Amino acid sequence: MASEKVLMRGSDVVGEAAVRAGCRYYFGYPITPQNELPEYLSKRIVELGGTFIQGESEIASINMVLGASAAGGRVMTSSSSPGIALKQEGISYMAGMELPAVVVNMMRGGPGLGNIAPSAADYFQATRGGGNGDYRTPVLAPTGCQELVEMTFLAFDLADKYRTPVMLLGDGLMGQVMEPVVFPDPLDPDSLPKKDWILDGCEGREPRTIFSMYLGQQGELYQHNLRLQEKYDRITENEKRWETIQTDDADIVIVAYGTAARIAESAMEELRSEGSAVGIFRPITLWPFPLPALRDVATKAKKVAVFELSLGQMVEDVILSVGERAEIYFYGIPGGLIPTPADVVEFIHSAVRGDEKVGRRIEV
Amino acid sequence: MSTQVAYKQVFGWPESLKKNPTHYCPGCGHSIAHRLVAECLDELGIREKTIGVPPVGCAVLAYNYFNFDMVEAPHGRAMAVATGIKRVHPDKFVLTYQGDGDLAAIGTAETIHAGNRGERISAIFINNAIYGMTGGQMAPTTVLGQEATTAPGGRDPRLHGSPIDISRMLAVCDGVVYAERCSLTSVKNIRKAKKAIMKSFRCQLDDLGFSIVELLSPCPTNWKMPPKDAWAWINNEMVKTYPLGVIKDITGYEEAK
Repeated sequence: MASEKVLMRGSDVVGEAAVRAGCRYYFGYPITPQNELPEYLSKRIVELGGTFIQGESEIASINMVLGASAAGGRVMTSSSSPGIALKQEGISYMAGMELPAVVVNMMRGGPGLGNIAPSAADYFQATRGGGNGDYRTPVLAPTGCQELVEMTFLAFDLADKYRTPVMLLGDGLMGQVMEPVVFPDPLDPDSLPKKDWILDGCEGREPRTIFSMYLGQQGELYQHNLRLQEKYDRITENEKRWETIQTDDADIVIVAYGTAARIAESAMEELRSEGSAVGIFRPITLWPFPLPALRDVATKAKKVAVFELSLGQMVEDVILSVGERAEIYFYGIPGGLIPTPADVVEFIHSAVRGDEKVGRRIEV
Repeated sequence: MSTQVAYKQVFGWPESLKKNPTHYCPGCGHSIAHRLVAECLDELGIREKTIGVPPVGCAVLAYNYFNFDMVEAPHGRAMAVATGIKRVHPDKFVLTYQGDGDLAAIGTAETIHAGNRGERISAIFINNAIYGMTGGQMAPTTVLGQEATTAPGGRDPRLHGSPIDISRMLAVCDGVVYAERCSLTSVKNIRKAKKAIMKSFRCQLDDLGFSIVELLSPCPTNWKMPPKDAWAWINNEMVKTYPLGVIKDITGYEEAK
């Protein structure tokens, strides 16, 4: 039986969803604007007999995640942009070692310390691997509290299914906003599918080793990378997710994810009331990017308007998807300022006119 | 009644070691340290509940030699990885095996904080005062005056700082119940080292806290000495900076005889 509808803050929602998804191990280091999540779990996960450790750094925390994952635990960490930068070492190792874990990034403004306001400038870092080596991590981009619940569950399942770190990419606004949510029934961690590769002592079997180093001279690392790529191809084939809103009759389609998509949705309602045929294409997985779906929508609409809380990162994937099939306009807000729906309305007016008064045309 | 001759086995291949030749240089201390760890696990009968974490450095391939579950850690992070494992499997035996660069330079924070939390893990610390795998660069534990490829002319405290004594730093943490420094330079010292490792393992099995055994270990290749001289250098020079013996012991264990 699902829970009653409860009013909760985004960060707490992720914490509650994680324990209901069977997560019993959390390791993290404080950073604004996501501190409510570790604070919530420091009580909740321990009540359930799990482990919460506030590590001495983000680096230590992600490596505790690595160890707990190798030992078979359903495990997560969370941070915000500069902290996620520090975690890239562990994320790269876990990709190479094929260890599942959920990494939450409640993005803030950058580069460097930036500020603590909501931002979406870590798209490249999240979707291009982020650490060293040829690897990708699935990236889920929710827009609000109910999706935080669903995507936290999904993130753990994808992590285990493909043995990979999975990133839940929110922002400071999403972590702080309170919304009504309904939680599914809690999963018993013991009911999760057994993993036949974990380290739990070699009683009755041969010892196992988990590593990312392949020094052999017979192309072992080459083979390992091809094996990983085959997995990434499978994820790309099977796990692309997106939402389209009123794109059927649209002459112009706004492409936005996360908080930007919510702002765009309010703008779309206003534009529709003016009589403009505006739709929204919202990538839910940022990697794998829903390239074919966007291509089809854009080809039909002839015009796409990319709106980001950064100076232009996802727009590169839009260009890869759309090419010359449609005109591409871009409008980005950097540095942790939160635009209003009115800003987006102005942008769309500009894009419809093609005058670049707000935003700019992208030449492909 | 048939005649039976009773043999008492006095030497053999520890079950906790795989029968693989190692890549270690002639005269290196790692092979001795590996064997001591393996003998202790065998004698305690805990090989099948052991999970080990090797370093990045010369012993990075230790999982090819140790015959139990092992997981690689990024450079310096073995204690954090071991923490994650131990918290998932508090009933298993978790050890780290790290060199001086791994444990006392890049991993200093992970080392001190694992000790301070009193993580129930046993740390084997190989101190050879040099970076071996990368070819003889200065280590945090390189002693004053010692030559290294990145300390030409020898370690100078004004330029490089003085050697760090991380076992002593750990000893001030409440969570650390036992720290001892031994060397691998004679049968007598090796037997002492084994006793210390055994005690460290008991600390974990008895749920007392964190423990570390530091082993002064020869690196003839990067010290540019024959193995015999390397032993002598530890006995005559290295122990001046790193005196042997118990650094901390609040285990309450009675000393055997």
